[in-house]
Amino acid sequence: MTSTPLAAWIEGIGFLAPGLADWPAARAVLRDGQRYSPAPSVLPPAAMLPPAERRRASRIVRLTLAIGLEAAAHAEADVSTLATVFASSGADGYNCHALCEQLASDDRQISPTRFHNSVHNAAAGYWGIATGSMAPCQVLCAFDASFGAGLLDALGQVVVDGQPTLLIAYDSEYPEPLHSKRRISDCGGVALLLTPARTRRSLAQIAVTPTAGPAQALADAGLESLRQDIPAMRSLPLLANLARREPGVIRLEYLAPMQLNVALQSC
Amino acid sequence: MTPLLISSYTATTCLGHGRDALLAGLREGRSGLAPCAFETVKLDTWTGEVAAVDAEKLPDSLARYDCRNNRLARLGLEADGFADRVRAASARYGRARVGVFLGTSTAGILQTELAYRRRDPDTGALPDDFIYRTTHNSFSLAEFARAYFALEGPAFVISTACSSSAKVFAAAARQLACGIIDAALVGGVDSLCLTTLYGFASLQLTSTTPCRPCDAARDGISIGEAAAFALLERAPETPAAGALLLLGSGESSDAYHMSSPHPEGLGARMAMAAALRSARLRPEDIDYVNLHGTATLANDSAEGKAVAELFGDRVPCSSTKGATGHTLGAAGAVEAVVCALALSNDLLPGGANTATLDPDIPLAYLLKSRPGRLRHALTNSFGFGGSNCSLILGVAR
Repeated sequence: MTSTPLAAWIEGIGFLAPGLADWPAARAVLRDGQRYSPAPSVLPPAAMLPPAERRRASRIVRLTLAIGLEAAAHAEADVSTLATVFASSGADGYNCHALCEQLASDDRQISPTRFHNSVHNAAAGYWGIATGSMAPCQVLCAFDASFGAGLLDALGQVVVDGQPTLLIAYDSEYPEPLHSKRRISDCGGVALLLTPARTRRSLAQIAVTPTAGPAQALADAGLESLRQDIPAMRSLPLLANLARREPGVIRLEYLAPMQLNVALQSC
Repeated sequence: MTPLLISSYTATTCLGHGRDALLAGLREGRSGLAPCAFETVKLDTWTGEVAAVDAEKLPDSLARYDCRNNRLARLGLEADGFADRVRAASARYGRARVGVFLGTSTAGILQTELAYRRRDPDTGALPDDFIYRTTHNSFSLAEFARAYFALEGPAFVISTACSSSAKVFAAAARQLACGIIDAALVGGVDSLCLTTLYGFASLQLTSTTPCRPCDAARDGISIGEAAAFALLERAPETPAAGALLLLGSGESSDAYHMSSPHPEGLGARMAMAAALRSARLRPEDIDYVNLHGTATLANDSAEGKAVAELFGDRVPCSSTKGATGHTLGAAGAVEAVVCALALSNDLLPGGANTATLDPDIPLAYLLKSRPGRLRHALTNSFGFGGSNCSLILGVAR
């Protein structure tokens, strides 16, 4: 059996979570021990979209554009050429609620825009329209394990196809009554630009192997609660090592009993 | 890519349960479409509803997964002895070495649509028996299949609308190439629901007649439902004669519009060209193209241009959606199975319902099925958000 290690170099990081506006803000907490104070996520406008789409851009569209573009800028990468992997537990929760509410009413004539925005790959579609990238784009879901799933497939594209790949893992909340059935409190996401070869911009190398051992939690109670609350934040133990430029083996939560060992070497 | 063995495959569509029903329907040029009688839906359209889905009962230990989509999944998995082949692969390679990669566009959203009719009149709360994770969430399909076979390897759902279950073949191939797994359960399941029936109607994309792909008078899709699966494993150095192989995959994005294809089919052409490169084949090596062919004006016209540019008017092609309906997130896997059946049975499948070809679609379109010896078949799947995927299957001679 031939086997190619699932390894890549990280060139750029994007981040957004409740109380953490971007990667530098998250780094200050993860590296410098600055206190983590949760606050509602602040989503920048979708400046790259044409005006009509920008005005109507949903929270997940703004979230994915924000973190994806931050990671690409960090790496000085051209977004119009990048392959992407979008990984999330759900799509636009508000849009889903509005559709279900109307379909349960006497008037089932839903709006065509609502319908095309209901697909799980809506954020990925708007990313394509904004960036013009015609490269392959995956859109995955693995409920709470979505970050690990995205990481596996993004590394697969880097290793097998030899192409830089932008992983965008993100989640958003549902309004009631779905919120009571799926408790994600707010928007949050992480983007990693993964490349097949080391360059002067490389921040670290990661190599992933499956493991049956337990996944790692975070010592800080606030950050641990964030890790558990938003599926994309299952990436936090890896991001903590990246923030501190600290080599080591991180055990990320994926899909019990299969977790992911991530061996990290800093550049 | 390194060719992979398709060691088992199955499909359950409105033509019947299992692949023999699909093959017989294709041979006879039969359509499984009927006027829409689904649930409380009042739309003047035709659908490809699978018989006896709601009679299917999940094992008691998996009752939390119960919803139309997972009932259809189980019905499909148990057809053609496919489930036994998955169990055998798990026994041979180990539970953690079999991956589960499935496509769906709406999973069990019907369960949520129905639950919204039973909200608490005072609080608005959804009923206690509604379980989001195991029915509504897109992953519910792959989680159900993983639990059904007690597998412990990697799993995810790909949900890129109507290209979902073509793309899972490519994703599984990547994990096999990296040595994370030794076998992969791939496929797609999508089931009828109000969201897609009323949604496509709102876009004025559903036909009031059985859909007629590539017909001059085509006027929209007929929505279907289906479960289709394949088991992928590494191929031996010299595959036995008759062995089915996944030879290549190609993916691209339109970067153009959320619900309309690129008018010149640029993304479609890029996906087909990438699949040919991946399979190390030339256009003249392809003996049959299974078109995405939804029967909308825009799709068939754009795809026709893209196919004609790459293949000219030489290669026999057809859309089998007149027979099965457009099974959305299951379409990629259903049509991969159509190609597998064509390759295994020396059949060039014709497209049902189409009577008069659109003169502006310059393709060698098959109005009727006929015998033909094939080596390689290509299948196209394109989805909302501009998501394109082409697969190439072959048979060892």
